[in-house]
Amino acid sequence: MPYSDSSTQSASHASATPVRDSASATALASSKNHYSTNGSASEQAEILARAQAGDNQAFAQLYSMHKRRIYSLCLRMVGSVAEAEDLTQEAFLQFHRKIDTFRGESALSTWLHRLAINVVLMHLRKKGLQLTSLDEAMEPAPDQRPGRSFGAPDLILSGAIDRLALQRAIDDLPAGYRLIFVLHDIEGYEHNEIATLLDCSIGNSKSQLHKARLKLREALRNYPLPEARR
Amino acid sequence: MSQTTNYVACEAFQSKMPQLIASGADVADHPHFKDCDVCRALLADLETIAAAARELFPIVEPPDDLWEQIESAIEDEESEIGRHSNAS
Repeated sequence: MPYSDSSTQSASHASATPVRDSASATALASSKNHYSTNGSASEQAEILARAQAGDNQAFAQLYSMHKRRIYSLCLRMVGSVAEAEDLTQEAFLQFHRKIDTFRGESALSTWLHRLAINVVLMHLRKKGLQLTSLDEAMEPAPDQRPGRSFGAPDLILSGAIDRLALQRAIDDLPAGYRLIFVLHDIEGYEHNEIATLLDCSIGNSKSQLHKARLKLREALRNYPLPEARR
Repeated sequence: MSQTTNYVACEAFQSKMPQLIASGADVADHPHFKDCDVCRALLADLETIAAAARELFPIVEPPDDLWEQIESAIEDEESEIGRHSNAS
């Protein structure tokens, strides 16, 4: 059983290196439409071209197309509505500053997604989460590490996970664990991509993900069953 | 193997699981894992948690006034850039 990678979603996260290129409109046109407010591919390409030419109304349309995905990403990564709003704002401000450097090596949505992740990572670093050495800095304090509970009743999770409990458990994860868990298990990044983003080893990313999942399992085991909460 | 002995083996195995996983080894090939229902159930739980988490987070709408804040910040930046251009 290829444990640590078996749950990886298929996601293509191409480089978001912002460099100038006129092919951006083509890339936008070929990107998948995940947003209900999106028009046709050619309309999107036209909107991008106008925004790159300095049309702020066109930029507002791009915001409408991508705001949900970016805000949701920020919310998942930091777990705080207020911080997610600030980070979404910062991500779109950076998008505005760099929009004319988008060259279309990847879909605009992918490029913007990567930009937003970098904004969140920068924010977390400012808050004191040192990501340069995950072994030391992302390892939570001993009381935050997952414990081992041998002999406890098996947790039969299949089909029985309490959504509220899982949501709370993810929210309560230490920042380093949550970062890896969200990037891999929710956003679908591969370990090699996470290693690049966080400047850590692939093995470290795998190890931290495992510990994050253990921590969640522990939290779920300690969460009262629905009938017990009534 | 007694229940107690089994838990000792589980503890040893689970203690080194992060290192095993980090090394890229296939945990399923480990002799203990092959014979241990407890550790297999543990990994099944973890996979189930990961799968459940993917279903958990809906795409949500940011507050309506967020765009106004962004637009205002963009205008401020553009004004600043304009002032610098005029000065030079």
